[in-house]
Amino acid sequence: MKLDLAIEELHRSENHLVTVLMSMSDKHKADHEVFHVCRDMAGWSRRHVVELARAGRDFGVDLDPEASEDPALLASVRQRASELVGRRSTPGLLLLADLRHLYREAAGVSLDWEILAQSAQGAKERELLDLARRCHPQSLRLARWANAHLKVASPQVIVGW
Amino acid sequence: MPRTDRIAEPWGSRTPYGPGETWPTRVDQYLADGLTEDDVDRWVQSASILHSNGDGLDIAVTDGRIVGVRGRAVDRVNHGRLGPKDLFGWQANNSPDRLTRPLVRRDGELVETDWDTAMDAVAGRCRELLQEQGPSAISFYTTGQLFLEEYYTLGLIAHGGIGTNHVDGNTRLCTATAAAALKETFGCDGQPGSYTDVDSADVIALYGHNMAETQTVLWTRVLDRLAGPNPPQVVCVDPRETPVARAATVHLAPRPGTNVVLMNALLHEIIGNGWIDRDYVEAHSVGFDELERQVRAYTPEVAEEVCDVPAGQVREAARVIGSAQRLLSTALQGFYQSHQATAAAVQINNIHVLRGMLGRPGCGILQMNGQPTAQNTRECGADGDLPAFRNWSNDAHVQDLARVWNVDPMQIPHYSPPTHVMQQLRYMEEGSIRFLYVTATNPAVSLPELARIRSILAQDRLFLVVQDIFLSETAQLADVVLPAATWGEKTGTFTNVDRTVHLSEKAVDPPGEARPDLDILVDLARRLDLRDRDGAPLVKWSDPESAFEAWKECSRGRPCDYTGLSYDKLRGGSGVQWPCDDEHPDGTERIYVDGQFWARPDQCESYGRDMVTGAPVEETEYRALNPTGRAVLKAAEYVPPHELPGQDFPFQLITGRTLYHFHTRTKTGRAPQLQDAAPEVWVEMSASDAADRGFVEGDLLDVSTPRGRVQAGLRISGIRPGVLFLPFHYGYWDTGSGSEPGTGEGRAANELTLTDWDPVSKQPIFKTAAAQVQRVAPADGPAPAPTTTGSAPVTGQVPPTTGGDDALAHELVGGQP
Repeated sequence: MKLDLAIEELHRSENHLVTVLMSMSDKHKADHEVFHVCRDMAGWSRRHVVELARAGRDFGVDLDPEASEDPALLASVRQRASELVGRRSTPGLLLLADLRHLYREAAGVSLDWEILAQSAQGAKERELLDLARRCHPQSLRLARWANAHLKVASPQVIVGW
Repeated sequence: MPRTDRIAEPWGSRTPYGPGETWPTRVDQYLADGLTEDDVDRWVQSASILHSNGDGLDIAVTDGRIVGVRGRAVDRVNHGRLGPKDLFGWQANNSPDRLTRPLVRRDGELVETDWDTAMDAVAGRCRELLQEQGPSAISFYTTGQLFLEEYYTLGLIAHGGIGTNHVDGNTRLCTATAAAALKETFGCDGQPGSYTDVDSADVIALYGHNMAETQTVLWTRVLDRLAGPNPPQVVCVDPRETPVARAATVHLAPRPGTNVVLMNALLHEIIGNGWIDRDYVEAHSVGFDELERQVRAYTPEVAEEVCDVPAGQVREAARVIGSAQRLLSTALQGFYQSHQATAAAVQINNIHVLRGMLGRPGCGILQMNGQPTAQNTRECGADGDLPAFRNWSNDAHVQDLARVWNVDPMQIPHYSPPTHVMQQLRYMEEGSIRFLYVTATNPAVSLPELARIRSILAQDRLFLVVQDIFLSETAQLADVVLPAATWGEKTGTFTNVDRTVHLSEKAVDPPGEARPDLDILVDLARRLDLRDRDGAPLVKWSDPESAFEAWKECSRGRPCDYTGLSYDKLRGGSGVQWPCDDEHPDGTERIYVDGQFWARPDQCESYGRDMVTGAPVEETEYRALNPTGRAVLKAAEYVPPHELPGQDFPFQLITGRTLYHFHTRTKTGRAPQLQDAAPEVWVEMSASDAADRGFVEGDLLDVSTPRGRVQAGLRISGIRPGVLFLPFHYGYWDTGSGSEPGTGEGRAANELTLTDWDPVSKQPIFKTAAAQVQRVAPADGPAPAPTTTGSAPVTGQVPPTTGGDDALAHELVGGQP
């Protein structure tokens, strides 16, 4: 049984997703919807990290319930940089790249939840399955947002001035 | 004939009535300068333009000038009544500072010019940019105060002619969430309510809706029910002690930004106690299991903790709503301009679906509008949506529209949702939108974080066109200013929140060279040489009635079907409710009868969006979720507001409106009775917060947030502790400093608000900024705030707001005055 490994891997990937979302949010502070929605979605992943740490205990893995995040200084440097270049058009291309990256990260996390949910069913671990049922939809929503926002942003970035 | 001071008594005299009875008629009239009816040359049919209620009225004309107004006794909306803004606001039409000639910027200054020069400058720059960059350089920002014919023409020019996706209206600030919430639940915009629901409802729930001040005549109807036999119970959700709160059976005053928690707790109680119509839910909705699961955790105790509303009150409100036999619900800015706007507004729809209270007398939802013609901005596609509630992500709808317009479907942008104004501004900020055409609105006062807005609009690289009737703060920043005619000076139709269409006829000529907005738009289309796919002119009309006829064809077979209407039909009698077609020649009072919605995948206006991220739902998902077009019960989780109070900024600031003013006071500030009733900005604070700081009524306070400062006199009011309120109406046009604060302190509430919006409806958030206050100077009298409204004082000796002799208006109960 390698459920502990699946939990550990998911804990790692959700943790990583928090840093991806927060750094993307900071980098695009001048793009208000990206800034706020990324932070809201990071809240989902933070809660997933807590829940995975709790679930991990039942399977003998000791995981940090608090998501590790980049230092506050780095975040404020990114935000300031975003405000400084906010009057130029180059951040648009960067945004498309970041959305593409986020989509792939979110898809990866979604697959990790798929693995956990399947294994939980195989092992008849009801609580773990419930956990996956609660959390998995949010990583799918995250990927959908990245896809949708890419659709909105790309015409103006590519065709615009 | 009885005369009433309608500043002191905004709702006039009571005409009590009981459930199921007809609301008695009371005809209100105001004529200026001591004129009597004998002095009036003619009465010209219209409806009110300074709020969203849609009250039928006649304009009095003497010697070619507007001299007064009278309510139309036959009108289904108001039964003759008028509100203070209707009675006095028309005087702005006659203001000496109306724009009468086009202006262009030369060497930094706006100077007068002729129409040809001005229009050639506009069309020339537009063509230049189309050649250089294409339609992505061009954007339009309109209003909720033009007429249907103008919106339809504007939408055609922008979408079908220029082909830009950057089209929005200031309805984004007032009713975007109403439209979004209706689309989420019912698949389509369109109000499932009628004002006559007030006549028979036994419970009226108002969510963030200070109806007493925003729709005074509708509130008059409620007051008359409350004064009659078997009055309805009223539930009020509002952090301020508004006139609605004072009349309420239960008043919930939640912490700003927590509406979703409160609504989920109400649903938790309603579902938990079985106050739902299971047969209706099973037959006519999808999504119940998910909703039930979502609200399970939101107990009244959780609401008490998050919203700071006693759990007992939440239970009591749920019991009143849950035991209603005929429930009418309304919502406005307390929900729409707050955090998680659509998610909260949708839960109101959910209550009605769960209780099966739709499509019957007394059982309606009014997701209100803020402006008189906002419904038409939405219907006609001037808010960026495609006209007649066509779905931009449904190819068949786009093809059908291309057929109506005789253009290539690819010409109509439909690859992504329309660019809402806040995103347009972002594109202007980074330089990819370089042409902005503003009609009849004032973003330099009404949008959030004004320092940023001004810095964007003032950019050299942005060509700004402003079409308005006064030199507003925004017009002062423009490259070209086009003087427009307004209500009473042009003909057109508009539709209110309960789908009532009114005709508003031209009563007098516009001043100077000012022209109707429709004429200006048609002129623009001609100068741009916009053509259809056969090479004929794209805009095939030049007068309002032909525009209306064209719109009728565009609306054929859609939910907002106007094909049964005509100018002739609208003349003389009352307004008519859409849909109005061959089958329903007199209009349709109730939609969604027997659970029949416009939500089928091939029919609906929208497939919906994610309640937190705002990502559009894809067609395939929607088809799987809702193949037969039922109501969608959409659940939403709570997400905390993005700016919370802390040590440096301990208060939550909400902005809002007052009964006597409309928008940025361009008209109401020029009507003496209205201006005198609320002459200057004020700030409201609770008695306990004021006592903690030793502040008293009238103290001059400096209110600040990380974005700016405003000075305002303190009104100690019934607002909940921890919250400050600023009216948003006050800008700078009458301060001598032009379009900005100048050297003095700020006056516009939006100096303080944050740039953030609901990801679903894209409506900016005006109700959750963190703020602090300091006293600048002690009081030298009470704050300049009305005493008759939500800003009523709770301390001190404040003289009551009155209008004196100049505000005396006739009231005749039962008929014509």
